[in-house]
Amino acid sequence: MNETLYELNDVRKMYHGRSVLHIDHLTIQRGEILALVGPSGAGKSTLLRLLNFLETPSNGRIHFLDTPFSANQPMPLALRRKVTTVFQRPYLLNRSVAANIQYGLHLRGQRNGQAQVDAALQQVGLQTIARQRARTLSGGEAQRVALARAIVLHPDVLLLDEPTANLDPYNISLIEQIIRQLNEQAGTTIVLVTHNVFQAKRLAHRVALLLDGRIVEIAATHTFFHNPADPRTKAFVAGDMVY
Amino acid sequence: MDQLWQGLRQAIELIFTHDPALWEVVQLSLRVTGVALIISTLIGIPVGALMGLGRFVGRSLIMVFLYTGMGFPPVVIGLFVYLLLSRSGPLGSLGSTFIPALFTPGAMVIAQTIIAFPLVAGFTMAAVMGVDPNIRQQVRALGATRWQATLAVLAEARIGVLVSVIAGFGGIISEVGAVMLVGGNIEHKTRVLTTAIVLETRKGNFDLAIALGVILLGLSFLANLLMLQLQGRTTDE
Repeated sequence: MNETLYELNDVRKMYHGRSVLHIDHLTIQRGEILALVGPSGAGKSTLLRLLNFLETPSNGRIHFLDTPFSANQPMPLALRRKVTTVFQRPYLLNRSVAANIQYGLHLRGQRNGQAQVDAALQQVGLQTIARQRARTLSGGEAQRVALARAIVLHPDVLLLDEPTANLDPYNISLIEQIIRQLNEQAGTTIVLVTHNVFQAKRLAHRVALLLDGRIVEIAATHTFFHNPADPRTKAFVAGDMVY
Repeated sequence: MDQLWQGLRQAIELIFTHDPALWEVVQLSLRVTGVALIISTLIGIPVGALMGLGRFVGRSLIMVFLYTGMGFPPVVIGLFVYLLLSRSGPLGSLGSTFIPALFTPGAMVIAQTIIAFPLVAGFTMAAVMGVDPNIRQQVRALGATRWQATLAVLAEARIGVLVSVIAGFGGIISEVGAVMLVGGNIEHKTRVLTTAIVLETRKGNFDLAIALGVILLGLSFLANLLMLQLQGRTTDE
C-alpha cells in the first residue's frame, strides 16, 4: 500500500540568487494528506509549484513515480498530467462553468465530457450552474468550480494552495468535506498549503512546518500538534509565533 | 446640403443599378484590403502574443517600434514601398516574379499589410498583456503544454484580439496615401474607393465622390458589424 509518489533530495529554489526554498529530504506517500503550514514567505507555494512541475528546481532533483525532474530533466507530459493544483484564487476562464470544467479534459483529448462534468459539479454541490458564465459566480461558488475542474481529471495528486482562504464558513466546511471524500473514496493524494492550523489538524495525516524555506519539522498530525520535537513548532502550534 | 442629398441619392442609385465600374472599384478595394488584413492578422497575432507573453532581449525596443508603427503616416509607408519596388529599388531591381511590380494590386497589398501589421500586433500585445499572468500558470497546472497555455491566454484576450483586427481593417480600408502612391489609381487596374473619391472630387464630380464615400462608409460599417457579431458569439460561448 505504501507507495512513494514523490521523493525530494537536496532541492533548492533560488530567485535572483536568493534561496527561497531548500528541502534536504522529503517523501510523499500515495494516499496521504500532507499539510504544509508556516508563515507567509516560508516557501510553501514555491514547493507546490515544484510539485506540479510548474517551475524547475535550481538544484537537486525531484523524483515523481521514479521519474527524475530537475533543471535539465523536464517531467514527461503524461506524468505531469497526473498532478494538478487549485490555487487560492479560482482563476476561472472567461467561459461557461461547463467549458471551464471541460478544459482539462479537452487538453487530454477527451471531447465528450458532459457526464463527467455533471458528476464533478454534483460532487461540489453545484449541479444547476453548468451553463452559467464562470465570471458571474460568487467567491465560494467559483472556488468550488475550480475544485470541480481539478476533480474531473481524476488526478493522482491534488495540490491545494490555501483553497479556503477568504471563504465563508459554509464554503470552507463544504470544501473540506470534498477534500476528505476525494482522499478516502478516490485515494487522491493531497498536499494542502494552509495558514489555518486548525484546518491542517482537521484534514491532514501529516503536517510539515516550513520556516524560511526549510522544513523545520514534519510529523504525523497528532504528534505535530501534541508532542512536537522542535520548539519552533511548539510556538507555531501554540500561536506564539509572531509573523 | 443639397449636394449631400444628391450624393446620397446617387449612391443609392449606383448601388441598385449595379454600375459595373463601381463594382470593379468596390471589389478591388475589398480584395486588396482583405488580403492585406489576412496576411497582417496571420503574422500580427502570433507576433503580438509573443511580445505580450515572452521575455527576451530587445523586447522593449521592438515594443517601441510597434507602437511607432501604429501611428506611422501611411503615406510614408507608401513612399517606402514605392522606393523598394521601383525598378531601381532594392526589390524592384531583382526582377523576380514573386515580387509585385509598382502600380499593381500586389504592391498595394504590400503597403496595406505594412500599415495594418503594427495595429494588429500592437493591440494583440496589449490585450494579451492585460490577461492575468496567473491564468497561464493555472492552465499549465491543469496540464496544458506551453503552446496550449498560449492559446488559452489568447482566448482570454479574444475581445482585444478582435479589436486589433478591426483596428487593422479600419486603418487600411480608409487609407488613401499609400495606395495612391504605389497603386497609381489606374482605371480598371488599381483604382479603389478612396483613390476614386480623390479623383472625382478633383474633377468636381462631388455627387459621385459623396456616393463613393457613402459606399465606403457602408462597407466599413458592414465589416465591423460582422466582426462584432463574431465577438458576441465568442463571448457568449
